[in-house]
Order: sequence, then structure tokens, then C-alpha cells
Amino acid sequence: MTIPDLLLAAAVFVLATVALGMVRILRGPAAADRMMAAQLFGTGGIAALLLLGVATEANAVLDVALVLALLAAFASVAFVQGASHPDGDDSKETHSE
Amino acid sequence: MSIALGLFTIFAVVAGAFFFLAGTVGLLRFPDPLTRLHALTKADNLGLGLVVIGLLPQVAWPLGAIKLIAIWLIVLFAATTVSQLMARAARDGGPPV
Repeated sequence: MTIPDLLLAAAVFVLATVALGMVRILRGPAAADRMMAAQLFGTGGIAALLLLGVATEANAVLDVALVLALLAAFASVAFVQGASHPDGDDSKETHSE
Repeated sequence: MSIALGLFTIFAVVAGAFFFLAGTVGLLRFPDPLTRLHALTKADNLGLGLVVIGLLPQVAWPLGAIKLIAIWLIVLFAATTVSQLMARAARDGGPPV
């Protein structure tokens, strides 16, 4: 049971928990819940990529995790931007008072 | 020395995987969006943070470690800001689903 085996097992475990988290997308009443599961998917993907990259000594995979980290953030911001003014009119500020 | 680092990696990665599981179970079972967000950010920050700390001794010292820490910092900053935005979107009820 070497370290890389453990890292691969941990990566599979993290992906399994992320797959479990996808149930929230099916059941989530509000759009925000679905977006939370999507963000968990992003972070779980990053963790799995890091584990795989280090286990197989492929440094390119670490860069893939870096890009996924950026894109996951943009996905959530795009959701919030869409949620604050659903008609897509970006000019007016969000009236959340 | 390498055995100690190996053990450290094992414990940190296992703890990180555990927090991923805890965050995902929390995301599924908590009653309303804000508590789910709390569980989600635990999985994000603690799970990924522990995984990254566990991987640090396994990568090439100056470059790989800096890349891992950079990934972790990006996810930390993104997760905190996105959580605030999503909490506001959840509080306002979000777009009609």
C-alpha cells in the first residue's frame, strides 16, 4: 500500500462524495442549492485532480486543477449575476433591501 | 524522515477526504439553503486545504509546492466571495426555478 495507491484511493473517494452531492441538484428546491452542489463539484474535481496529478507525477494535471479552480469561481459568479437581475439588464443595481 | 512525511501525508489526505464527506452529507441533509452553504464551505476549505497540505511533501519542493499553495489560495478567495454572493441569492429566493 504505497503513497500513490492511497492518493488514488482518496481521489476515487472524493469523486464518490461529489457524486453523492449531485443528489442535491435533483432535490434542491432553490436554484442556490443547485449552484452549491455545482461549486462542490468544482472543488471536488480540483481535489481529485490534485491527488491524481501527484499520484502519477504528472505536473500538467496540477495546471488543469489550477484552471478548474478559476472556472469554478466564474461559474458561481455567473449564477449570482443571473440571479440578481433575472431579466439580464445589468445596468440597474440589485434592490435587495 | 521520509516515513514521517509519508505518515503526515496519509493523515492529512484522509482527514481532507473525511471533511469532503462531512460537507457533502451536510449539503444533503441540512434543512435550508444557508445551513447547506455552511456545510458546503466546510467541505471546500477544510477538505481541499487538508488535501493540499497532505500533498505538499510529495511534490518537487520549490515549484510544485508553490503551485499547490496558489491553487489553494485561489479556491479560498473564490469560495469566500462566492459564498457571500450565494447567501444573498439564497436569501432573496433566487430566480424562479
